[in-house]
Amino acid sequence: MGWNQVMYPTPARGRGAGDKFPWACPGVNPDNESTRMTIQEIEAQIVGEFSQFDDWLDRYNYLIEMGKLMPLIDPGLKTDHYLISGCQSRVWLHARQEDNRLYFTADSDAVITRGIISLLIRVLNGQPTCDILQAPLEFIDSIGLREHLSPTRANGLLSMIKQIKLYALAFQTKSRKVESDSAEQ
Amino acid sequence: MQFNVEKIRADFPILRQRVFNKPLVYLDNAATTQKPMVVIDAITDYYLTINSNIHRGVHFLSQQATASFEETRGLVKEFIHARHAHEVIFTKGTTESINLIASSFGKAFVGPGDEIVISAMEHHANILPWQLMCEEKGAILRVIPFDPTGELLQESYRNLLNEKTRLVALTHVSNVLGTINPVKEMIRIAHDQNIPVLMDGAQAVPHLQVNVCDLDCDFYCFSAHKMYGPMGVGILYGKEEWLEKLPPYQSGGEMISNVTFEKSSFGELPYKFEAGTPNVADILGFKATLIYLDQIGYKQVVAYENDLMAYALKRLKTIPEIKVIGESANRAGVISFLAGNIHPYDAGSVLDKLGFAVRTGHHCAQPVMDIYGIPGTIRISFGFYNRKDEIDALTVALSKVIEMFR
Repeated sequence: MGWNQVMYPTPARGRGAGDKFPWACPGVNPDNESTRMTIQEIEAQIVGEFSQFDDWLDRYNYLIEMGKLMPLIDPGLKTDHYLISGCQSRVWLHARQEDNRLYFTADSDAVITRGIISLLIRVLNGQPTCDILQAPLEFIDSIGLREHLSPTRANGLLSMIKQIKLYALAFQTKSRKVESDSAEQ
Repeated sequence: MQFNVEKIRADFPILRQRVFNKPLVYLDNAATTQKPMVVIDAITDYYLTINSNIHRGVHFLSQQATASFEETRGLVKEFIHARHAHEVIFTKGTTESINLIASSFGKAFVGPGDEIVISAMEHHANILPWQLMCEEKGAILRVIPFDPTGELLQESYRNLLNEKTRLVALTHVSNVLGTINPVKEMIRIAHDQNIPVLMDGAQAVPHLQVNVCDLDCDFYCFSAHKMYGPMGVGILYGKEEWLEKLPPYQSGGEMISNVTFEKSSFGELPYKFEAGTPNVADILGFKATLIYLDQIGYKQVVAYENDLMAYALKRLKTIPEIKVIGESANRAGVISFLAGNIHPYDAGSVLDKLGFAVRTGHHCAQPVMDIYGIPGTIRISFGFYNRKDEIDALTVALSKVIEMFR
């Protein structure tokens, strides 16, 4: 896989409540971890939901429904600044960090694209920034949306993931800088 | 020969495929057409029997390949009714043909303050080469507008031409709107002021019988792959008197008559513009295409496709949500439309899973989308192997799509 797996070993499925691994994200409040599903657990849940469909139209209908659940970006933020380039449909994505976890809002002018990004947000919302950075996001392949990952397919799922990772990287770099600055003081 | 669509379909093995367990309905012919078996065979045969470099070998294979290669040139000349075979230059596609002229013509004939005229319905391939050349030369790009139905505004066109205009570059058929432009008249108007005209014929040659002498255009560009031929072969037709006057585009082998380190002289037409080893295999595949098309007969193709186009327009209009973009009465090849407020990408994604190959997006003609204020369209485009029952199936699928996004 890509560069994102180099930094830490990928954990085994189902990182349990309170487990302390040496690679655990620094600065993340461990109390939250007991109630929150991990990225891989949510991915597995989505793969399970998709496995009940054998018809493509049902899958797309499901994506359309998922899109309705997405935390929508503030309409005021639908500017070029938050627009993801490389999309045949337009996608706006906003991220903020709180306690070293990332929270996303987004929107798209295409309904299926909105559904796809809503899945990504469902998996990643509230997850530790460094987990997001490492996540291989293999569920996209498992639910048959691989074609949307192809760079020739200009819907830009690839661009969305890249943008999410860039946000994560930027926040992580910023947090580390703040930490090292305060350590120096 | 009677036009028999079933017989023609049998020549195209790819059409028998199923996608997502549905019969494939291929309606993206403006992007590229499928290839008949005779073309696929010709390419294989070349590599099996006469593969060799052309124009220089004295040996048997090279002579066979060279002869066949030059026969193709002769067939292209006949196909577009050019005066001479050496007015036919092989390129790798329409885009390269246009770039060649923009570069060579720009070098020789365009200076600061000069003007190039294009239209607002051009494909990016007939915008960018001129835009870049104009930037380089300090020249100005002028654009002929069109009305909401998709017809070029002829009065604006006449007003744009002046003593500074060096060249007009114009699409014969719009790849988005389907409009067949009144190019013969527009060429005449330009020629009245001694302005040469280049035609982008990529969307025209698959659907119309083109006669470059009758049009009197100075340059005509098209691609083999959009007319049932192989990818990687394009044609640049240029009037002899213009091609003689233009400097070479690229340089290298094949195109020279004498080379020393001080000064080289370039070969005769058409080799002056064919530097390097050409795509012989695909050009011979194109020869098979031209023979195939000749056997079918363009007259029948045009009649069949016009009928198909009229039928598709009629059927699409039975769905109230469908809005056709571009309503020129004189049209060929493509129909662009929107389905209610559904994003073309959504519609295309679902149609794909239903077995329909259509194109969605801006179709490499962003200015056209900007004029209509839309992000893109759904575009269907025909080949002569498409059938009315495929149009029927499409209208059923579109109703399904509309229901899904309601």
